[in-house]
Amino acid sequence: MSTPTTAPAPADATTQAGAADWAGGHEFSLDAAWTLNPQVALRPERFGALAYHFGTRRLSFLKSPHLLTVVERLADHPTARAACLDAGLDAAQTATFGKALATLARTDMIVPRNPA
Amino acid sequence: MSTVLPRAGVPGPTAASATSTRTPMDDLLATSAAASAHATGHATTAAPTGAQMRPVGSLVDEFQSGLDAPICLTWELTYACNLACVHCLSSSGRRDPRELSTAECKGVIDELQRMQVFYVNIGGGEPTVRKDFWELVDYATAHQVGVKFSTNGSRIDAAVAEKLAASDYVDVQISLDGATAEVNDYVRGPGSYDTAMTAMGHLKDAGFSGFKLSVVCTRQNIGQLDEFKAIADHYGAQLRLTRLRPSGRGADTWDELHPLPEQQKELYDWLVAHGEDVLTGDSFFHLAAYGDALPGLNLCGAGRVVCLIDPIGDVYACPFAIHDEFLAGNVRSEGGFQGVWQTSELFLELREPQSAGACNSCDFFDKCRGGCMAAKFFTGLPMDGPDPECVLGHGEELLKQRGDAFIPKPSMDHSKNLSKRQRLEKAAAERGITLPPEGQPLPVRQNGAGIPDKACDENPLAGFGTAEVVDRGASPSVDRLAGLGFPSRLEG
Ligand code: SF4
Ligand code: SF4
Repeated sequence: MSTPTTAPAPADATTQAGAADWAGGHEFSLDAAWTLNPQVALRPERFGALAYHFGTRRLSFLKSPHLLTVVERLADHPTARAACLDAGLDAAQTATFGKALATLARTDMIVPRNPA
Repeated sequence: MSTVLPRAGVPGPTAASATSTRTPMDDLLATSAAASAHATGHATTAAPTGAQMRPVGSLVDEFQSGLDAPICLTWELTYACNLACVHCLSSSGRRDPRELSTAECKGVIDELQRMQVFYVNIGGGEPTVRKDFWELVDYATAHQVGVKFSTNGSRIDAAVAEKLAASDYVDVQISLDGATAEVNDYVRGPGSYDTAMTAMGHLKDAGFSGFKLSVVCTRQNIGQLDEFKAIADHYGAQLRLTRLRPSGRGADTWDELHPLPEQQKELYDWLVAHGEDVLTGDSFFHLAAYGDALPGLNLCGAGRVVCLIDPIGDVYACPFAIHDEFLAGNVRSEGGFQGVWQTSELFLELREPQSAGACNSCDFFDKCRGGCMAAKFFTGLPMDGPDPECVLGHGEELLKQRGDAFIPKPSMDHSKNLSKRQRLEKAAAERGITLPPEGQPLPVRQNGAGIPDKACDENPLAGFGTAEVVDRGASPSVDRLAGLGFPSRLEG
């Protein structure tokens, strides 16, 4: 089973150690190509979306419709940054959303994609 | 609205550092989420020049007003059970001839897939008693509906454990209500401790890590929390503690089993100390009035983000609210489950703002919200007042005043047609035990899967309150948050 057995480490994104402990997690970069993990389903909601990972059985709440848009468009762009731009985000917003995307990458919700 | 700080609810040193060192991500969260903004006092910080960020209500508010589909759904597949449980939440025992057929169950699964209900908690009864149990599990997982099922463990042999371990879509929860045979079997019946241990051994041997060891906290086992943790660790399971609620047959024994006030404090302190790695299903938000909120949403999700489908297709607001008062409709009706969820009068009413009643003047209302609707109902207390286990003692006072006034009973009772004494005798005979004469105290409680134990106990939402993106857990339930600690609170 791919379920984590112990509680995922560090409680907060401020502690980057969490990245390494998460088996299957990924180091995020705004300038790389990403896509939604095929094992993840998105359910749009007024506030954004629910994202559910069938492999890890983890449910996440995307609390912004824009984050949903970015995640949905990741696969269409050569970089995550380009997807943010396409969603209408400015540079400051892109940096902020980058943090959210990094968490999604760390938890295997989004995965690296061959930019081909 | 909850004013719980995003991280304040998570106890422990990590939480402390988290709250003091905020990252830009937290700001993002605050930016895009009213909840975070309120909670943290951060104003909108994203530059207003980019995408227009539509203000979104806090998750608690969003959930309070209901979603188009539940987040977490408990489905009891059968009333049949191979045990005859004294405290069983759903008063199970006999199979009901009106139970949904295999085809009807598949129809419900199709609906859940369309509505994007990502997982169901399957209980009963003992769900594995249904002949089509595995067929339904396979059907659900093939249709993007994950399954966690609760079992007394009696049917988890080595072969079943292998099968379970091989599936990513299936999670298992084993119930145990005592860390020793003495305490467990008193509540769950003779032999049930060994049964659960054996089942966990099979799961461990099959390499299934992270299944749930689920404990309902009672007066008898609050002192064993460390031991439960050790058992869970030994088997590679995740410990899950939930609240004893007075529903089903549990209503009859609640007075005797529910934790005493000083034990509630002990439990709270233990949860605070272990918040990072124990799941709670957001069961204990009524304890928040002791101090910091526990991780969780602090919201009763009944009919808003959570509900129960019973074996005959009736839809109730919550697994702990099996009473006509909370019956919203039936999946066999024309609009199906979706129609019930989205248009039933009861659910629409629950999604309206609720009155806080006597709790209105309480300083802790933001965290406790008056506690559990079902607990109040089945102890005969007003729905808009304090929880029977209000940590300020208001519930106890009301219980005293209430006296023996009429207390509602669960609507359904599928207990086998035996008197309590008859059931005891039968159970004792099966296990070769001699019972003391009638009227004498019993050495152990009767055979049975004891205390109410629902897979999703309730509020799936646990966890959310704080946050943002929550990573809840594996089990759907809201659990992970509780257990949480997960890095992510992401959001956007
Ligand atoms: S168990 Fe209680 S608090 Fe939880 S959803 Fe049901 S009624 Fe609400
Ligand atoms: S008075 Fe009501 S809100 Fe306050 S602690 Fe008691 S149950 Fe909770």
